[in-house]
Amino acid sequence: MIYRRLRTPSMWRDMDRMQREMNRVFESYSPRGLRSAPAYPAMNVWGSEEGLLVTAELPGVSSKDIELSVVNETLTVSGERVPEELVEEARYHRRECGCGKFTRSIQLPFAVDASKVEASFKNGVLHVSLPRKAEDKPRKIKVKVG
Amino acid sequence: MAEEKTLQVEKEEAALEEGAEWTRDRRIFIPRADIYETGDKMVIVLDVPGSKEEDIDITLEKDILTIMAQVNADEFPGHTPLYAEYEVGDYQRSFKLPDELNRDKIEAAYKEGILKLFLPKADKAKIKKIDIKAG
Repeated sequence: MIYRRLRTPSMWRDMDRMQREMNRVFESYSPRGLRSAPAYPAMNVWGSEEGLLVTAELPGVSSKDIELSVVNETLTVSGERVPEELVEEARYHRRECGCGKFTRSIQLPFAVDASKVEASFKNGVLHVSLPRKAEDKPRKIKVKVG
Repeated sequence: MAEEKTLQVEKEEAALEEGAEWTRDRRIFIPRADIYETGDKMVIVLDVPGSKEEDIDITLEKDILTIMAQVNADEFPGHTPLYAEYEVGDYQRSFKLPDELNRDKIEAAYKEGILKLFLPKADKAKIKKIDIKAG
């Protein structure tokens, strides 16, 4: 996966593009099984002293089809984008939106208070807030004047 | 029938004329689309995650149907971005409509990041079908 800053200057954008082009060239020569697909869904992570916020774009996935679990320091998001059921005579002109099942786990940098994890799903974007365990929070240490 | 695709994360950026710039300080992506046709209408399904119903503009100029969806970037006060795999940006895409569609009765529906456009076909009476006679 490409690490990228949120606002990328144009030079990096060009580099990214070049990298993608190169990947495409190499992938087209490799056997099918070896082609790497980036993990779905793509995630953005925000942090504060209190915990983490994870967001992911999941268009077309219904909230009841999303499953979240937190075990120790691992967050797992899984679900399914169900293909639209069409009437029999329907005929596709073009099909770009993928569908199917997905599962992704990410390693969190600290233990999370699983009972306080909250998630919301709005406009096709998933937000998961993961508060840090109270005993795991950084303690401020005062420097005593000798 | 078009083949079913697997889920993809990559976003394709919309092209812009050389030398021109977008007015908004963010990238513009081409939303992925499914287009299918049933007996009496054509349906365009677009993935526009993050956009709100009121931030989507659909315009029809001559034969070109343009969909522009604004997405406001996530902002979480007190939080700093740690890791980013996807970029939040607007969506824009245009389609040239075939003549057989009725331009006056286009409808749109938005739900959970998906925009659906229903384009009814013109009355059968208006379309003349020409039979091919056997030699």
